Amino acid sequence: MTTLTAPATPATGHPADARARRTARRKARLHWIAVHSLGLAAAAFFVLPFAFVFLTAVMSDNQALTRDLWPHPWQWSNFRTVWDTPGFLTWWRNTLVYAVSGTVLTVVSSLPVAYALAKFRFRGRNLIMVLVISTMMLPPQVVIIPMYLFWTKQLGMDGTLWPLIIPMAFGDAFTIFLLRQFLLTIPKEYTEAARVDGCGELRTLVTVIVPMIRPAIAAVALFQFFYCWNDYFGPQIYASSNPAAWTLSYGLESFKGAHHTNWNLTMAATVLVMAPVIVVFFFAQKAFIEGVTLTGVKG
Amino acid sequence: MSAAVHPLLRARRRKAALRNLAFLSPWIVGFSVFFAYPLLSTVYFSFMHYNGVNPPTWTGTKNWSYVFRDYPLFWPALRNTLWLVVVMVTLRVVFGLGVGLLITRIKTGAGLFRTAFYLPYLAPPVAATMAFVFLLNPGTGPVNHILGDIGIPTPGWFTDPHWSKPALTMLAVWGIGDLMVIFMAALLDVPKEQYEAAELDGAGSWVRFRYVTLPNISPIVMFAVVTGVIQTMQYYTQPLVAGKVASGIIGNSGQQFEPGYPDKSTLTLPQLVYERGFQRFDYGSACVIALVLFVLAMAFTALLMRRRNGFLSAED
Repeated sequence: MTTLTAPATPATGHPADARARRTARRKARLHWIAVHSLGLAAAAFFVLPFAFVFLTAVMSDNQALTRDLWPHPWQWSNFRTVWDTPGFLTWWRNTLVYAVSGTVLTVVSSLPVAYALAKFRFRGRNLIMVLVISTMMLPPQVVIIPMYLFWTKQLGMDGTLWPLIIPMAFGDAFTIFLLRQFLLTIPKEYTEAARVDGCGELRTLVTVIVPMIRPAIAAVALFQFFYCWNDYFGPQIYASSNPAAWTLSYGLESFKGAHHTNWNLTMAATVLVMAPVIVVFFFAQKAFIEGVTLTGVKG
Repeated sequence: MSAAVHPLLRARRRKAALRNLAFLSPWIVGFSVFFAYPLLSTVYFSFMHYNGVNPPTWTGTKNWSYVFRDYPLFWPALRNTLWLVVVMVTLRVVFGLGVGLLITRIKTGAGLFRTAFYLPYLAPPVAATMAFVFLLNPGTGPVNHILGDIGIPTPGWFTDPHWSKPALTMLAVWGIGDLMVIFMAALLDVPKEQYEAAELDGAGSWVRFRYVTLPNISPIVMFAVVTGVIQTMQYYTQPLVAGKVASGIIGNSGQQFEPGYPDKSTLTLPQLVYERGFQRFDYGSACVIALVLFVLAMAFTALLMRRRNGFLSAED
């Protein structure tokens, strides 16, 4: 990679130069081969688990326990069996409700907060930023005992997902932080021009800023969607007493038990839980990767 | 002093203050109701005996001494966390950086490689954990079949206390996608001229990495390490699900599961909050553990904020 363009001297036809160029070319080719073989080895490590899971998902009951890695016959009906398992469709619907409403509420409630923290000057702004970053890093377990008592003993919401959805209408620290980082990159002139035109701050935010930061909104929406989709602890605390309120992440685990050692069905269920996330990712890959980059680099 | 301020100016200031308050209101409500108040309650309950049925009664520091002295799961959980911080965080950062370096050098099919490296990060944790418990199943999993065929000893993975943490580490290293993307962006930001200058001086690839790449990306390495430590202290879903599934406990059946299978080797602090609070209804001790978690997480967050002032830098 490095030596390919290194010799700057023009070719003179001298045999020594020709030999040097040949060596350089060979070195570059070897480098290409080394890098790409390493790449393939790494790709195997990352992709093979998916492949094994998928192949097992279409095996018959007994075959999943044998040494065979390749299914014969391909038992596609496993997916059907999982889909028809009582509850699975309900868990799917609950997960979707939780993830979609959670995402919408989080973005709508976090946006004005992020905007204020990025664009307004006021006393206590840095203190609020410190608090936002601190809460962003805290696990939900820190306040779970009082929160649980509050939602279940005082409001009687045990066995529902409401205790998880309602707080999302009040801003999420990570979303606020990420949107603010993005808003900082927008030059002041845009908001000032809108203000000169007589726009109120809220109108400026909705009509001028939101269209400009659409990629950032897409990124935080994806993060939040995946967070809800993957959440295990929340549904475990609030929904465990009522299977009608379970989500996929929480219900998936009961599959292993319900089907004993039927690894094929368990893996088919696993595939069905992974699939939507992967499909969403392929449609929104760019926004997602930009978002991840933002968490680490532009801080 | 207020007498000196022009009434018009004062009105405008009040309007701005109201506007700020309106924009910040979702966070102010959320922070007070869902964080500040429950945090104070957690401190309060940590000095109370409370089981959710009888009214809470004052017990002084009894919960605290129970957790630190008599609770048999506390120190194993802390030791496991330390193990995971040392091994898992290090391997994740080293591996993430390695894959990041690799991806910046791949010329053919770079997009395909990047997607392949990134995808596992997206796998829902419960699903990914169940997949790994299956892959590493000692008797019937494909990994041990393959290891057996080549004649390598086959470990018990998630069923062996010595191998359960290495198995979790493999799962964590598999999901390296986030770090890869962050490192990739950092590596592409290293000024090209510095590499060229080093090359003119005859520096080999190791010297270039050590004296050009590493100093340039060290803030990002630091960021990855500290956030890795914070995430590891909160490690919950993967060790819990791995323990449950590997032990053969029927999931969610209401059957009591003592977390940490096998032999406390996968215990982490958040699992103790669950065990104390939601399995034993000992809310007082659960709050003590929650506060330990809080203090540890805050300490590392403070470190992160000190090291990266950029976090707080604002416009103008």
